Amino acid sequence: MRFMPQTEADIAAMLETIGAENLDALIAHVPERLRASAAINLAPGRGEAEVAAELSALAAMNAGAAGYASFLGAGYYRHYVPAAVRAITARAEFATSYTPYQAEASQGTTQAIFEFQTLITQLTAMDVANASMYDGASAAAEAVLMARRVMPKRRVVALSRALWPDYRATIRTYLSALDGIETVELPFDNQSGVTDLSGLEALAGDALLCTVFGYPNAFGVIEPLRAAAAITHRAGAMMISATAEGLALGLLKPPGELGADIAVGEGQSFGLALQFGGPGLGFMAAHTAHLRQMPGRLVGQTRDRDGRRAFCLTLSTREQHIRRERATSNICTNHSLCALAAAVYLSQMGRKGLRELAERNVELAHAAADALAARAIKRRFSGEFFNEFTIAVPRPAVVLQAAERKRILAGVALAPDYPELPDGLLIAVTEMNQPAEFAALADSIAQAAGEQR
Amino acid sequence: MASAGKISRIAANHETAARDPETLPVGTPLIFELSSDGRSGADLPPRAAGARSGAEILGPELCRDDLRGFPELSEPQVMRHFLRLSQLNFAQALQFYPLGSCTMKYNPVLNDEMAALGGFANLHPLAPAHLAQGALELMARLEAALAEITGMDAISLHPAAGAQGELTGLLCARAYHRKRGESRRKVIIPDTAHGTNPASCTLAGYEVVVAKSNARDFIEASEVRRLVDSDTAAMMVTNPNTLGIFEPQIAEIADALHDKGALLYMDGANLNALMGVAKPGHMGADIVQLNLHKTFSTPHGGGGPGAGPIGVRRDLEPFLPVPRLRKSADGWTLDSARPDSIGRMRSFHGNFGMLVRAYTYILALGGNGLAQASRLAILSANYLRKRLAEHYPAASAEPSMHECVLEHDLEKRSGVSTLEIAKRLLDFGVHPPTIYFPLIVHGALMIEPTETETKEVLDAFVATMERIYAEALSDPELVKTAPHSLKLSRVDEAEAARRPILRWQPK
Repeated sequence: MRFMPQTEADIAAMLETIGAENLDALIAHVPERLRASAAINLAPGRGEAEVAAELSALAAMNAGAAGYASFLGAGYYRHYVPAAVRAITARAEFATSYTPYQAEASQGTTQAIFEFQTLITQLTAMDVANASMYDGASAAAEAVLMARRVMPKRRVVALSRALWPDYRATIRTYLSALDGIETVELPFDNQSGVTDLSGLEALAGDALLCTVFGYPNAFGVIEPLRAAAAITHRAGAMMISATAEGLALGLLKPPGELGADIAVGEGQSFGLALQFGGPGLGFMAAHTAHLRQMPGRLVGQTRDRDGRRAFCLTLSTREQHIRRERATSNICTNHSLCALAAAVYLSQMGRKGLRELAERNVELAHAAADALAARAIKRRFSGEFFNEFTIAVPRPAVVLQAAERKRILAGVALAPDYPELPDGLLIAVTEMNQPAEFAALADSIAQAAGEQR
Repeated sequence: MASAGKISRIAANHETAARDPETLPVGTPLIFELSSDGRSGADLPPRAAGARSGAEILGPELCRDDLRGFPELSEPQVMRHFLRLSQLNFAQALQFYPLGSCTMKYNPVLNDEMAALGGFANLHPLAPAHLAQGALELMARLEAALAEITGMDAISLHPAAGAQGELTGLLCARAYHRKRGESRRKVIIPDTAHGTNPASCTLAGYEVVVAKSNARDFIEASEVRRLVDSDTAAMMVTNPNTLGIFEPQIAEIADALHDKGALLYMDGANLNALMGVAKPGHMGADIVQLNLHKTFSTPHGGGGPGAGPIGVRRDLEPFLPVPRLRKSADGWTLDSARPDSIGRMRSFHGNFGMLVRAYTYILALGGNGLAQASRLAILSANYLRKRLAEHYPAASAEPSMHECVLEHDLEKRSGVSTLEIAKRLLDFGVHPPTIYFPLIVHGALMIEPTETETKEVLDAFVATMERIYAEALSDPELVKTAPHSLKLSRVDEAEAARRPILRWQPK
C-alpha cells in the first residue's frame, strides 16, 4: 500500500527486535472474541487513478455546483477565493502541522494566528479575538456560555427571532444541558424586518443575561445594534452580535463601536470555498475585561531567550487540557487553517480592497433588488440591507422550481424556518453575480409569480 | 557540537535582551509592519457606470470609518510573507512528528485534490438536494464505512471536531435517559482521560466522577462497579487508553455500566490502533466519537479544521443531531424533522471538505488496508518501545498498541526535564512526542509513530534519543538550553501569560 513504507524485510526485522512471531502476535492480548469479528467488510484498497475517478464521478453528480446563476446565501456566501489563499493554505508546512504546542517549532502558525486575531479585532472594533471557533453558529453558542461565566447569577437569554435559525438552534442545543437558563425570542417588526425592541424593555431586568442579534440578520436587514445595546446595557446585561456575512464588517459600523460586548460570526467569506457548508470559520472577539472567560485558543506575543519577538499559545489555564472540568470550553481542535486562509485573504484585500469589495456587494445587491422592483417584485421588509434581501412572492417553493428550470438558483425560502413568512424568499448577491443575471432573475420570478396570481 | 561557546553567546544575548529589547533584531515582520499606505493586492471589477457607491447607498449612519491599521500590501508581498511564515513550522510532511494521541500520519495529497474538485468545493450547502446527490451519496457511503469500521449502528457526520463530537455524544446520552424518564447527573471518567472529556461533561451538565487506573494502568470492572449507580449517565473510556494500552476489561466494564442503565461512551481518539483489530460496537460501546483528522488522515491544519463524527447503538439513533440523511424514492434528502433529536451543534451538515478527504482515504486503503494500517502502527510503536527501553523504559508493563508512554531518570540523574528533552529533539529536526501526559505518569513521553514512517526514520529517532540521553549526562546545559539550531531560542511562555499581548497595535 503506497502510504505504508514497510517492506517485508522491515517488518521481519522489527518483529524480531520486538520478539514477536508475526503482526497478529502484537494484538494477541486483545480479547479473542473481539478480534474474531473485527474484519472490515469494505472493498479492498484501490490505486490513486481509480479512487480519483470514483470521487470525480461523485463530484460530477452535484449539478448545483456549476452552471447555475446562484443567489443562495442564508449564512454561507459565494465569494471569489484568490489563488494566493489556496496556494498558502495548500502548503504542507501549514496544513500538516499540529496545534502549535511547541512554540519554537510553530512560529509560522502562531504568528499567522496572531495576525488573524489582530485582523478580527480591527474588523469588529473589539479588544481581543481568539484563534478561531468551528463556525458562526457554534461561536454564538460559546458566546452565550461565556456571558454566563461573566454573570453566573443571570438566567434569561434573549434571542432575536431574526437571528439566523441555525444560530438559534445551536445556542439552544448548547444551553439544553444547563439548569436554570431560560431562552426567550424577541419578535421582529413585520414591516421593517428589524428586531422589535419594545419587548426587550420589559425583559430588561436583573435576570437578563444577554441578548443576541444577527448583524445583518436572517432577512438580510441591518439591525440597529446601538439601540439594542443601550437597552441591554441598562439592564446590566451583555449584547452579542452575530455576523454570518463577515464581509459586511468591511463596510458596516463595527459591533464594538455600537456597543457589542461579544462579537462573533462566520468568516467563510474570507477565502473559504463553499464546500457544502464546511469547514467554515467561527470568529469571536470581546473586551479585555472578559478575556479570562473567553473560550478557545489565544496566541500571545512574547520573546525568546535572546530577546527576539516570538509567539506562543497563551492563557491556557482557561483551557480543557489544563483545567479539565473547570475549563471555559471543551474546544481543542479549532479551525486554524481556515483562520490562516482568512489572514491571507484579508491581507491581500487590504484596507482599501475589503471596503471596496463590501461596497460592490451592496451596489450589486441593490441593483438586483431594483431589477426585481422594476418587475413589481417587492422587498418584503423596508429595513436597509447589505448583500442579501428578502422579497415577497406567492409560493416561493414554486417560484424556486420555475427559476431552476431556467438555470437560476433564485434563493432560499424562509417558510421552513419562519412559518409566519410564507411568502418570504431570501436572495443573496455577491461580486460573483453578473449584473446581466439580475434581469433573468427578475423575469423568471415575475413570470412564476404572475402565473400564480 | 561546541556547546560551551553556544551557551556563553546565549547568556550574553540574554543580558542584552534584558537591557534593551527594542533594539534587538526581530524575526519575520508582522504583516501590518510591511504595510504601506495606498498599496493593494485587490483588483476589483469597476463600479457600474453612474451607479451610486455602496457607502452612499447605506449612508454614513450605517457605514464605518476607514479600516485604519488594516494591511496594505501587493499580492507578491502577501505571498512572500506567508511563505516565509510557513518555513518556520515543523510539519508532518517535513518531519517525524510522533505526537502521542494525535496520529500524525501522512495526509495523502490526493485527499486535498478531491476536496478541491469544483463539484464539491463550489457546492452551496442550501443547494436543492436533487442538485447535490453526489455530496449526499458520499456522506451516506462514509457513514456506512464508519459504521462498518466501528461496529456501530448509526453514524452522524455533523460534529466539527472531536471535542464537539464528545459533547454531541453526551447530549445524546442525556436525551436518551430523559426519554426514559431519568435525569442522571454523573459521568465516570478514568484518571488517564484527555482534558476534553471532563470539559465536555461540564458543558453537557454532568458531574465528573474519576475512576482510578489500577497498578497496571488500566481500569478494572470492579472499580466501575464501585462507582456506577442509578445516577450514572455514562462512562467515557478512551480505548486504547492514553498509555496506549488496550483496556482488557472493556467488555466487563460495559456490562457493569449497562447493569445500572448507564451507557459506555468510547472516545475514539485512538482508533488508529483498532481498525480490523476490535470494533467499539462489539466492546459494548453505546456511543463512540471519531477524529477524522487522526485515524482517517485529514490534515491537522495547525489546529483544525477536523471532523468529529459520532457513532451510536440503534436505540440512540433518534437523538442524533439534525439534519440526518434519508433515502427517498428521488434520492438522498436531509431530514430535520426529528422530534427526539438533540438539535443542531453547528450550521449545515458537517465539515464536508474533511468528509471528502476521509472518504478518499478509506477508498484508497479499503478494508484490508485499514486493518494493515492499524497493525503497522502497532508494530512501529512496539518497535520504538523495545529499542528505547534501556534509557526510556515504558511506563507500563502492559503491551502497547499504537503508541507507547515512556519514562526516564534524567531528572534525577542530571536535572534534565522532559520538556528539555523535547526542546532538544527540535535541534535534530524531530517534532517532540506529547509530554507530561497522561497526568498519572511523571515526566511522560507519549510516542505515536504511526504506520507511515519508515524503519530508517524510527531508527534515526532512537539514535537521537540515545544521543540526547548521553548529552544530558555529559553536558546537561546543552540540553537544558535547547533548542539551539532554530531561528528562535526557547520561547518565554510565562512572559506571554504574565503580560498578554494578543494583537498588534499601531504605533
